[in-house]
Order: sequence, then C-alpha cells, then structure tokens
Amino acid sequence: MSVLNYNSVKVDDNIPSLSMPPVTRHALAIYCGASGDHNPLHVDIDFARESGLDDVIAHGMLIMAYMGRTLTNWVSQDAIRSFDTRFQAMTRIGDAITTTGKIVEKFIDGDERCVRVEVSAADQRGEVKALGSVVIALS
Amino acid sequence: MIDLKFIGTKSAPFDADVEKGRLRLFAKAIGETDPIYFDEAAARAAGHSSILMPPTFLFCLEMEHPDPYLWFRELGIPLPRALHGGQRFQYYRPAYAGEVMTFRSEIVDIYAKKNGALEFVVQDVFITNQRAESVADFRRTIAIRNG
Repeated sequence: MSVLNYNSVKVDDNIPSLSMPPVTRHALAIYCGASGDHNPLHVDIDFARESGLDDVIAHGMLIMAYMGRTLTNWVSQDAIRSFDTRFQAMTRIGDAITTTGKIVEKFIDGDERCVRVEVSAADQRGEVKALGSVVIALS
Repeated sequence: MIDLKFIGTKSAPFDADVEKGRLRLFAKAIGETDPIYFDEAAARAAGHSSILMPPTFLFCLEMEHPDPYLWFRELGIPLPRALHGGQRFQYYRPAYAGEVMTFRSEIVDIYAKKNGALEFVVQDVFITNQRAESVADFRRTIAIRNG
C-alpha cells in the first residue's frame, strides 16, 4: 500500500467505504445514552407516532458518526480541518448504512495542502441519508 | 413562525467534562474499532495523551447542558416537529479524556422555505478547552416541519 499524502492522491479517487449492520432499536437506545441526546423521537415509538411518524428514526448524528469513522479509518483525525453534513432523509429501523467518499478537489490553503472529500451515507436501497463535505490536510 | 428577534441571542457559557467512560460508550454506540477511541493504553501508544475525542462527539458533549432543549422552548421550537437539518464542524486542536470543554452559543440565523412549510434555525457553538484554547466550532441547523 502506497503512502497517503497530497501527491499520492488525485481527484476522483475513492476513500475506503464503511458498511454498518442494520439499525436496530437497541443500537438507537445505546446511542441515546452514549450521545446524551435523549430526544424521545429516536427511542420512544409513542412519541414518534404523536410526531406524525410511523416509527422512531435514527439520530442524524449517528449517521454523521459513521461518516466520521470512514474519515478516521482513512486519515489521522488531526488532519480533518472541517466536516460539514447535510441530512437528506430519515434513517429507519432496519436501514443498513454504507458510507462512501471521493476526493473532489485538491487545493492549497495558506501553508497547507488540502483535499476536499465528499462523503455520502446511503441505505441498502441507495437512498442517500446524509451528504458531507470534508476538508483534510495532507503532508 | 419562530420570531426573528432571537437572531443574535447568546446562551450562558457552560462546562462539560470529557469522560473516559462516555467516550468508551460512544465508541461502542458507533461501532468504533480503532482502539485510540476507547483504550487508553492504545491511545498513549499511538502518541495521544489519553483517549481521543472523536470528530462528532462535541455535539454530544454539548447535550451535557443541564437543560439541552431549553433554547428550543425559549425560541418556541416544537420538539416533535424539529429535525436536524445540517451540522458543520471546524476543528482547531484535538481534545482528550480528562479535559474540560466550555461551550458558548449564539443563534445566528432564522429563515423559512416553501412559504413557511419549513423553518430553519441556525446556531453557532464555540468550544474552548480548560486552557482557553479553541478546540472547535460547530454550526447546527434545525429544521422545523410546519407543513
């Protein structure tokens, strides 16, 4: 495997993807406690129904955490300069999220050589749940 | 409709501890396999001072506020109709278990789309460590479904 640096990557290169098991109620309960986000929409089906949904939905930040894992599997966390995510669709029980990423730009920012990576999280049907734009500094 | 007068509203700063146990539980919750995020010895062996706080955890730590949805009530955001529309982080330095983060926040924008069927509230949060060094900023966009 070649060394990862600014010169060894090019636009349109993919970063290694990450596939997660289907989202379960148990996983959302653990994330609820671990994240400190106790919004009942994610764990209480009665509250979800009162909110006009059929069932609980995953925390958007759980999906962003999967995207974050994809990034830190690829580069050291201290290389990440910014991480911007737009949530596109609700993630439901049973959805299996796969995150993918692609280098879309190489640029110089001050004295740093950077790449912009577009990250996407989609379910088993290909429905996109979140899109991220990430700036990473490379040596 | 959310009153535009809230743009510019700042929240009182508060502190939150970066706890080892919480980072371990968070690592479990997101299926983390890299031990620098849950094993102190592995983190030290990799050159870190302790367990490394992962990139999205600052959002979670901000929920350590004694009443994390207080500002929803103050602005009149109905929790059942609120969704997380977007989240942006800007990073300045790493943070580790054992450190203390201070959070300061400000409402920076409120706007509507689709003739008011969707409203958005944008909040900026500034995070410093116990040495008053900037660790990160984040911008949270909350979407409110009125339709």
